[in-house]
Amino acid sequence: MTRELIKGNEAIAEAAVRAGCRYFFGYPITPQNEIPEYMSKRLPEVGGTYLQAESELAAINMVYGAAGAGARVMTSSSSPGISLKQEGISYIASAKLPCVIVNIVRSGPGLGGILPAQSDYFQATKGGGHGDYRVVVFAPSSVQEAADLVMECFEVADQYRVPVMLMGDGMIGQMMEPVEFKEPKKRGLHEKSWATTGRQGGERNVISSLHIVAEECYDFCLEREAVYREIAEKETRCETELMDDAEIAVVAYGTVARIAKNAVLKARAAGIKTGLIRPITLWPFPSDIINDYAKQVNSFLTVEMSTGQMVEDVRLAVNGQKPVHFFGRTGGIIPTPEEVFNELMKMAEGEKHENNL
Amino acid sequence: MKTIYKKPDVFLSENMHYCPGCTHGVAHRLVAEAIAELGAEERAIGVASVGCSVFAANYLDCDFTEAAHGRAPAVATGVKRVHPNALVFTYQGDGDLASIGVAEIIHAAARGENITVIFINNAIYGMTGGQMAPTTLVGQTTTTSPGGRNPAGAGYPIRMSEIIATLDGAAYVERAGLYDVPSIARAKKAVKKAFETQVHKKGFAMVELLSTCPTNWGKTPVDAMTWLKDYMIPQFPLGVFKEV
Repeated sequence: MTRELIKGNEAIAEAAVRAGCRYFFGYPITPQNEIPEYMSKRLPEVGGTYLQAESELAAINMVYGAAGAGARVMTSSSSPGISLKQEGISYIASAKLPCVIVNIVRSGPGLGGILPAQSDYFQATKGGGHGDYRVVVFAPSSVQEAADLVMECFEVADQYRVPVMLMGDGMIGQMMEPVEFKEPKKRGLHEKSWATTGRQGGERNVISSLHIVAEECYDFCLEREAVYREIAEKETRCETELMDDAEIAVVAYGTVARIAKNAVLKARAAGIKTGLIRPITLWPFPSDIINDYAKQVNSFLTVEMSTGQMVEDVRLAVNGQKPVHFFGRTGGIIPTPEEVFNELMKMAEGEKHENNL
Repeated sequence: MKTIYKKPDVFLSENMHYCPGCTHGVAHRLVAEAIAELGAEERAIGVASVGCSVFAANYLDCDFTEAAHGRAPAVATGVKRVHPNALVFTYQGDGDLASIGVAEIIHAAARGENITVIFINNAIYGMTGGQMAPTTLVGQTTTTSPGGRNPAGAGYPIRMSEIIATLDGAAYVERAGLYDVPSIARAKKAVKKAFETQVHKKGFAMVELLSTCPTNWGKTPVDAMTWLKDYMIPQFPLGVFKEV
């Protein structure tokens, strides 16, 4: 096993290339610039194309064109840039095209700041753009997992013909960790017979997001909804730790899950039975797992780098069975294990717990 | 009986949704003839835009990708980069190209993107019901300039061909008109040249076709052609603006 010390953004780019990505269209924005920079050097080495677009709007529409043409294609950006891409993402979803979008999240709203945040959860999981569609969202908690998951993103995108997002906070993009680049797990997918390549002697293909007849748009949305349900059934991912006898469940994703784990271990050492539930896919959300644990634990604590976004999905999953508390830091401030530990102590001591920021 | 002229096979026999007298049908036919004359039916990929020509794929029998409003040059860039030997073209109206998609068209031209752009300029938004366009003439009445376009608040029409011609990546830029038989014959040559520019990998090519919109101009088809000739051409002079 060869491991190399590499920055998260560069690991994501390298893993994408190894997964067969040969086209990248992007626009500079901090803190994800190492991805386009790496791609501008790396893609020509493997016969691929890097192109710096005039805007995020243009970049995502170049992705639309290349995806429709049958290529494995990726774009990356950070929060304000992802907002600009939402139009294109809606069209890509509507045209049933596979692509990978990386969002290295910074604080917001607006121009916000450039430090790590998780405040794009709503945008990523609840649509972002207009219309009835879903984006599959993977949320790695380490650089290794980011490299592994970006490879998986391409397979999921191609299998279901959907846009897939890899969402990491600024820490995932900027920190260096040892990474082993594994062989991508190929799913044995079919050729893209639907791609626009020119007729080439066969039937022509038309890529379109236009469904102007109401009945056709209705049927299209139902067909896609069936695909989204299949994705929810087969692709939901979640990791649990120390949950077997847990009485308090901490729910956290991304790098915050690692902070939360330290707090969980400290609480365990103090005799409090806590455990960690870490959603790896944010959509589909591991609602069933959380719902099951609601029968076991006394309460939940959701920890996020936002003012409280994923906590809404946790509450929907728990469905009123147990109290769900929240602790968050936002605006680029990272919660500390001590702060999370203190929240757990308050809960264990039965103090009345208010949502806490 | 001897056939001396027939429509190319790539031009489908669908009934068109375009209004009577609209020149989109003529422009579609010129595109179909150019594709056929270059023998490129099997490697042509069109990028349709948003506006009346959103249904272009219904009439041209080649691969198509339908783009978001204004984004056709970016979509075509993605297609062309994946299939450099395909004949990739966009078909865009004035709202699409000269308003919401200005950044995309300028930068596709600046990159020398090896694509062909067919730009339909009829000085109005057709599909949405006759609103003021970026190419609406000063004084022209539309549903959003009911007193006529007043430059004091609404500014002036944009001459896209002249702007694009200033860019080093643009290899061929011409403005032609579709208002009588001779002008259509000249437009046909321009469209073919714009496709040949791509075949010879010279860079970005655009043909602006001055077109009529009788319905939203409130004119008969014949009067619309006369108006195009008398009023649009002085604002948008015909000619070749760039050829390398």
